Amino acid sequence: MKELLLIAIGSALVNNVVLSQFLGLCPFLGVSKKTETAAGMGAAVIFVIVIATACTSLIYDFVLVKLGIEYLQTIVFILVIAALVQFVEMFLKKNMVSLYDALGVYLPLITTNCAVLGVALTNVQKSYNFIESVVNGIGISVGFTIAIVLMAGIREKIEYNDVPHVFKGSPIVLITAGLMSIAFFGFSGLI
Amino acid sequence: MNKCVERIYNGIIKENPTFILMLGMCPTLATTTSASNGLGMGLSTTAVLMFSNLVISLLRKIIPDRVRIPAYIVVVASLVTIVQLLIQGFLPSLYDSLGIYIPLIVVNCIILGRAESYAAKNGPVESFFDGVGMGLGFTLSLTIIGMCRELIGAGAFFGHVIIPEEFHISIMILAPGALFTLALLAAIQNKLRLPSATNGDAPKSALACGGDCMNCQGCTGMTNHAILAEKKAEEAAKAAAAKKAAAEKALAAKKAAEAAKAAEAEKTN
Repeated sequence: MKELLLIAIGSALVNNVVLSQFLGLCPFLGVSKKTETAAGMGAAVIFVIVIATACTSLIYDFVLVKLGIEYLQTIVFILVIAALVQFVEMFLKKNMVSLYDALGVYLPLITTNCAVLGVALTNVQKSYNFIESVVNGIGISVGFTIAIVLMAGIREKIEYNDVPHVFKGSPIVLITAGLMSIAFFGFSGLI
Repeated sequence: MNKCVERIYNGIIKENPTFILMLGMCPTLATTTSASNGLGMGLSTTAVLMFSNLVISLLRKIIPDRVRIPAYIVVVASLVTIVQLLIQGFLPSLYDSLGIYIPLIVVNCIILGRAESYAAKNGPVESFFDGVGMGLGFTLSLTIIGMCRELIGAGAFFGHVIIPEEFHISIMILAPGALFTLALLAAIQNKLRLPSATNGDAPKSALACGGDCMNCQGCTGMTNHAILAEKKAEEAAKAAAAKKAAAEKALAAKKAAEAAKAAEAEKTN
């Protein structure tokens, strides 16, 4: 139990997926203009990453290792993730319309988000078992959500500030991200 | 031959993937902690990009249009696996320092972007040299960024320490330093009004999504594909409307002619 908690906190706060590993940077910069859309994107990422880590972990343990073809992991994982997102989207559209309305717009955007593939590969690299993989997936996606929602909140305030002309647009966002990244270094005392 | 040289020049200077197009920012930020890491990452990406462009260009007439993105991903993923195994076998220290970012070359926007916008439309030789040019441009920019960060953060040049330790600003080789570096780069582009993806008024690139990677939300061909499909549907609708209008016009003309004929007939009667 203690190890699981350490994995979750470690991947959510200490090694934050966006601010210290730079995975999923595109949605982090692209969808962080408003808090609501950022929260929607975060929820969709949690949803997809948890399902994807569970699937890829099972496939790795029971198909790739059994057949001795671990070296094919990159190809298999990317195809599984792409197919999975499509399938989840179709399933939600058919069976859970309210959830689809809330997350649907963001689902196709995450298909080949590098964070999803990154989590699957990290789980293999650190040889996590099934439960540890899922916990790691939850930690990473919650970390992403925290970062993107905080970022959206800050960006809404930046709108009212007098930013130098040269730094308008993406430069000021990146500097904000850098300062947030420094703040997240403070969490390294947690472990 | 001239065309090949032009492709290489285009990749390194005119459409430099990092400085001008601002594509593939994840590996740019994560692997430029030192000049040699940047160089290693750049060269691995170049190797993948060259051969993925070549293979995709050779297969461009065989791959059906509807499944081209998955087909491209399989080609790229296979090449990445080959490169990963080669690096693991022959350069174990580079493999350890780049770690997870080698398999993540698969989801690098540059590779699918070039496949979609160049290799799918041009011959194998030109596509190969386009890959070489783009890859070298990426390598060059990664090495330059890595050199700057290493010099400021660790006071070293390709691993040789040349600045005493009191003057190191070690945050530059940590994660925030990467974000600050990119912020300054984007600010310089804003200042000079360079035609980059981060400038709003930049000319659109050849990619269907406009190459606007900073505001991109899907980051790979998926959205690109959707946009293309939409455009195609729009064009088809337009063509159909034009056809309909033409048919109506013809019909109206026919009717008018008939009416005139009838009137004439009446007159003669």
